[in-house]
Amino acid sequence: MSKTIFEKNSPGRKGYTLPENDVDYKLNDCIPPKFQRNEIPRLPQVSELDVMRHFIELSHKNHFVEKGFYPLGSCTMKYNPKISDAMAGDIALRDIHPLQPENSVQGALQIQWELQRDLAEISGFASATLQPVAGAQGEFTGIKIIEAYHKAKGNNKKTIILPDSAHGTNPASAALCGYKIIEIASNDKGMVDLEALKEVVNEDTAGFMLTNPNTLGIFESQICQISEIIHAVDGLMYMDGANFNALMGLVKPGEMGFDVMHYNLHKSFSTPHGGGGPGSGAVGVRADLVKFLPYPMIAGNTDEGFFLDSSHKATSIGKVHSFYGNFMVNVRAWIYLKMLGNQGLKRVAENAVINANYLMRKLEKYYYVPYNESCMHEFVASGIWQKKENGVHTLDIAKRLLDKGYHAPTIYFPLIVPEAIMIEPTETESKETLDEFIQTMIDIAAEAKNNPQILHDAPLNTPIRRADDVRAVKQLNVKFDLCNMPLTCEE
Amino acid sequence: MPFISNTDRERQEMLKACGVAKFADLIKNIPQKFLDKAKFHLGKPLSELELIRALTDLTEDNVPTTEAISFLGGGIYDHFIPAAVNHIISRPEFLSAYTPYQAEVSQGTLQYIYEYQTMICELTGMEVSNAGMYDGASAAAEAVLMAVRKTKKFRALIPSTINPLYREVIKTYTSGIEVELVEIKQRNGTIDLEHLQSELNDDTACVLMQTPNFLGFLEDVFEIEKITHSAKKALLIPIVDPISLAVLNSPAEYQADIVVGEGQALGNAQSYGGPLFGFLATSEKLIRTMPGRLSGATLDVEGNIAYVLTMQAREQHIRREKATSNICSNDALCTLAATVYLCLMGSRGLKQVAEQSTAKAHYLAAKLSELPGYELYSTAPFFKEFTLKTPHPAEYICEALSEWDVYPGIPIQQFGYEDILLIAVTEKITKDDMDQLVDMLKSLDQAEEE
Repeated sequence: MSKTIFEKNSPGRKGYTLPENDVDYKLNDCIPPKFQRNEIPRLPQVSELDVMRHFIELSHKNHFVEKGFYPLGSCTMKYNPKISDAMAGDIALRDIHPLQPENSVQGALQIQWELQRDLAEISGFASATLQPVAGAQGEFTGIKIIEAYHKAKGNNKKTIILPDSAHGTNPASAALCGYKIIEIASNDKGMVDLEALKEVVNEDTAGFMLTNPNTLGIFESQICQISEIIHAVDGLMYMDGANFNALMGLVKPGEMGFDVMHYNLHKSFSTPHGGGGPGSGAVGVRADLVKFLPYPMIAGNTDEGFFLDSSHKATSIGKVHSFYGNFMVNVRAWIYLKMLGNQGLKRVAENAVINANYLMRKLEKYYYVPYNESCMHEFVASGIWQKKENGVHTLDIAKRLLDKGYHAPTIYFPLIVPEAIMIEPTETESKETLDEFIQTMIDIAAEAKNNPQILHDAPLNTPIRRADDVRAVKQLNVKFDLCNMPLTCEE
Repeated sequence: MPFISNTDRERQEMLKACGVAKFADLIKNIPQKFLDKAKFHLGKPLSELELIRALTDLTEDNVPTTEAISFLGGGIYDHFIPAAVNHIISRPEFLSAYTPYQAEVSQGTLQYIYEYQTMICELTGMEVSNAGMYDGASAAAEAVLMAVRKTKKFRALIPSTINPLYREVIKTYTSGIEVELVEIKQRNGTIDLEHLQSELNDDTACVLMQTPNFLGFLEDVFEIEKITHSAKKALLIPIVDPISLAVLNSPAEYQADIVVGEGQALGNAQSYGGPLFGFLATSEKLIRTMPGRLSGATLDVEGNIAYVLTMQAREQHIRREKATSNICSNDALCTLAATVYLCLMGSRGLKQVAEQSTAKAHYLAAKLSELPGYELYSTAPFFKEFTLKTPHPAEYICEALSEWDVYPGIPIQQFGYEDILLIAVTEKITKDDMDQLVDMLKSLDQAEEE
């Protein structure tokens, strides 16, 4: 257990230096007393070394990609090249203000212009916006574009359809746009059930949201039929690109019937996930939807220069971010594409798929794999054998993996697989790493038989043991009580 | 191939173990016609060294604010960032971790979020802060949606003194569920209180305001609060600059209901506008309608303090279309930078940053007001930013001075205001920088006369 930074407070200590104020104005000359706060905020008084020790101590309690395997399904926890971080620290990129004159940021504009173009190119779309800053915001943007398309045509459509294997953000994003959500059950192969789809599709259908490969790691082989059904009622096909890692360099979603797609640049295109972001949720669209993209876009050319172009403002869905998205994440995606090229991109997808299939084949004897035809970049196993035979749950298996130095896979998702264990190895992991993980999973399956208690008790050697989530809600404690922090600010 | 460990030989071994002869056998689900059709036209792959050359070629003509004198603000500020901040956020332990879903191996992330929440609550005076949003604009939009959920009313009053980019994002976020946005006019640089009063009614979900507002001036928060809460259920949502909270009223002092703002100024670079992060704080009674993640303290089975993601029943991965928001990834690493920054600066450091920025802004405002044709847009008090009427078009002044690598401010006519110049001053600006700006504007006048 680590003390909070507030408990390390020592009145009078400081962790900063600032130059002396070189103008002769005092706060009271500037701000009327009525607008000044009554009490100075209580922030910790600690030295720089105190701060460094504190955060290094905290950092040691995290699992992270460079420490060990992170097979978190649907999250694409690949290793991200250090050159991207190094270049993103360049002051010519980092220290620029979004409202600087355009002639002082031509490099930044060109990078983003090229990325717009290249994302569209590799996915078969006419253009792409870099403005959405996360996958969910990309979804929201994409559904707003679908809404704008229908509005412009005078269509009065009210529903968005999605399969029951969809990410939770899909229905939440569509609901934010005011759509009614219709969820359809998947078929026995884990794919969209065409009959179920036909039953719910009608004149009210605004669009269909599909993750492809889906969250079971299966490529939706009936994609042509699905898009025919949706397009027949003038609905649009939305692709959740969370799993684009499996398709890059192989096929183009825009050529498979999709009209709108968001990319998770932080997953497929290499930005470290930062403990929960920042990400980038760029959105690609087919030609007739370009006019609905959020404004501005980057336009121009190398001869005359690049500029922020809001000429489509009248038809645009508007803005979703103060400025043009998460620039620093977009720079990393640009770097990644430059370093990979066509062949590299293809190689990423191939290795991601091979790694996932290898794991699946080696583990299917030990864990139930409900959909066991070839998978793409990930697959979903289940702890149901262990539950039935040994009274051990998927949660126990996940926690035991933490003891063995791994991050757990995504568990209990997708919702359609009981006791789901969703494993995504990514392309960057080596065969030895996978072999070690396989052996560990086999060992855990054996433990489930021979010593189930150790799984119930796991994890045993992590920074904390299992935490009481119910207590966290019932005795809600979401901030430190600063009454316990002595503070005499004025010296 | 970069960043992939396995060799061709290893790939072949693995394919064999999968019971197939070649990769194509694994992807038979993909219709062949799509595989045949897809042609890719990216350039040839670059080595690391070539990449550095290519990127440097592109960026060497950028003129960063660190190589200029910059008075640009408008929501993104160039405050000083101690070196320790970047050191911590570059640690792979924080950088390469995912969202802290497995609490036992994510205590580092979960504890700093708890500390972040504590400090945001302390700055704003509110009871609960979430773990952060994408930016100030989306935080403001989510606050409006939260007010709509809480009050079940669909009318939001949005003054024109609020950052126009935020107003655009609010519009995009609220149009789907048909929230009526009513623009409240400004008078002399602050909210027209009579107009506010006249538009407020019992159907009003919330009143937004920004203080210091987009033009730099302080709104009369106490009067606005009185007016807002005279309506039956209306919630007051201030948008605030976190640096200003070291010296200006905490929103709790004027009974704010939901507080939001842009957090970039706390230890984050300008980054050409992204990543940023938004903060959102409120009272405990509104917690169930709040969007975003929340870290809470609890105990583990051995009775030790443990941090977990809590109140998750609000979130999309549990509640799907009934969630309080669709947000999943936020801009977590930026909130870590803010946490480290606030720890380093402490109470006094943050106050000094606020005081110096204010003092310098007032020095510059006074100097500029002495120049013929330059006049403060309002007599209202201001913090570190102000707007100025200028004798020449503001756009022209900015263009002329950028030739000398000086960014005098933001010409805000582009956002629908009069032709005025928005000038921000942080503690990084020296008296000499400001005197240079004044001299340049003088010489601009002389050049005009000649």
